Amino acid sequence: MPEKFDCIVVGAGPAGTACAYELAKAGVNVLLLERGEYPGAKNVMGGVLYRKMMEDIIPEFYKEAPLERPIVEQRFMMMDKESAVTFSYKGLEWGREPYNNFTVLRAKFDQWFAEKAVEQGALLVCETVAVECIVENGRVVGVRTDRPDGDIYADVVVLADGVNSLLAKQLGFHREWRPDEVALATMEILKLDKNIIEDRFNLEPNQGCTIEIFGDATKGIVGTGFLYTNKDTLSIGVGTLLSGLIKHKMKPYELLEYVKNHPMIRPYIQGSEPVEYLAHLIPEGGYHSIPKVAGHGVLVVGDAAQLVNAIHREGSNMAMTSGRLAAETIIMAKAQNDFSESMLDQYRMKLMESFIGQDLKKYKDATHHFERFPQYFEQYIPMMNRAASQMFTVDGASKWEKQQKIWRDLGSAKQKFKLARDMMKAWKVMK
Amino acid sequence: MMKAQTIEEKQYLVRFNADTKSHLHVLDPNICLTKCPDKICTIFCPASVYKWEEVRMHVGYEGCHECGSCRIGCPYENIQWEYPRGGYGIVFRLG
Repeated sequence: MPEKFDCIVVGAGPAGTACAYELAKAGVNVLLLERGEYPGAKNVMGGVLYRKMMEDIIPEFYKEAPLERPIVEQRFMMMDKESAVTFSYKGLEWGREPYNNFTVLRAKFDQWFAEKAVEQGALLVCETVAVECIVENGRVVGVRTDRPDGDIYADVVVLADGVNSLLAKQLGFHREWRPDEVALATMEILKLDKNIIEDRFNLEPNQGCTIEIFGDATKGIVGTGFLYTNKDTLSIGVGTLLSGLIKHKMKPYELLEYVKNHPMIRPYIQGSEPVEYLAHLIPEGGYHSIPKVAGHGVLVVGDAAQLVNAIHREGSNMAMTSGRLAAETIIMAKAQNDFSESMLDQYRMKLMESFIGQDLKKYKDATHHFERFPQYFEQYIPMMNRAASQMFTVDGASKWEKQQKIWRDLGSAKQKFKLARDMMKAWKVMK
Repeated sequence: MMKAQTIEEKQYLVRFNADTKSHLHVLDPNICLTKCPDKICTIFCPASVYKWEEVRMHVGYEGCHECGSCRIGCPYENIQWEYPRGGYGIVFRLG
């Protein structure tokens, strides 16, 4: 007699665990499958966890969860070869309740979160790969695992299997991703004394800073570099569309080295000790790439559903909210004992009405726009740096002359027109 | 001078629990040999799993980060990509 659950969740990342937590809390008999040795063993994130969406699931989680630092400052560097124009917001309101976001190390955090789901009554089974969905009469009725006698049945299966959602692809919910729908991120964890971190980033104890780096961090390819403060480590990384690496024939780890040794970055990390190297894909196709997310007896959540806002580096929050909305839908479906696609499709509607659908729609053309027109990263960021240098260098030239020089640097009348048009277009895809 | 500059040094920082058989397979070795002058997987793979050895592609699956780039980025869809068996493969300890 094969085992049967109310629900099987595949993948114990933020999306899957959020879903399992909410289901277990509502008394649903849920199995949470994880292929890693422990939850988090396969997961990578730059490291920013948003408070609000996590608190929607576990109020005041920050009092006990393994967090690194609450972020009080977010910097954005428009970087050239040996200069940078930086924009920053620092606000101490982010350093106290209710907080805005925190840096986390996923191996620790994901384990803690999964344990909370287990406390609610979910059954967590690690070291188990769901190799395919069991489909009978057009409905998903369970999963086949790589364990002996590994068929497990359920009323509904939630696919939280991440960016490489082989299961959703098998079901025909999406074709294979294109190289311009995923970003390849590499990162390192660098050990550094906490006092040095606080000195270098201008922080008090238990305050953190994030830096997003545009322009020369990716040598002009669409993507970003990042440098985040943890308790006694730094997370430094760089992510670019896979299509960009292919086009420029660039090795991702050499790009990471380039960022680490960049004269604008090196002073932050000098003397630190690399303790881990990680690579992962980020789904960055956005709104147009969201696959079918509900079928007969099945839902898709988190990265598996391409729920990432690349412009605002939000993903884990969308994962958690999608997991929670999937759970709400399943609880409703269970009450009516109806796990058909038309019932479960309520999840898609909830998703699209939430900030997830709204935000992804807002930026639906942004990534593709910046990929198609490389001049933003290749030309306009260096231009911005030259303008700042010109304006702030005191060399006897009058400010009026300086403005003239900056104006001339923008190029011919035709080039200026193109620049103006590009700015309009950028506004259009971002507004 | 920063430490762990080369990919080999970076890979030493990672814990792997390698299975005895590969989860990555080049479907048709002839395609790599005759149709793919760039051998782009040897460039974008973040763990340098793919190495061209004169006439064949060496696949060092033991050091794979399981990111999926090769499956998506191979211009000939010539890589069969599966998850390693449960519990095997890369084990991230921190990030």
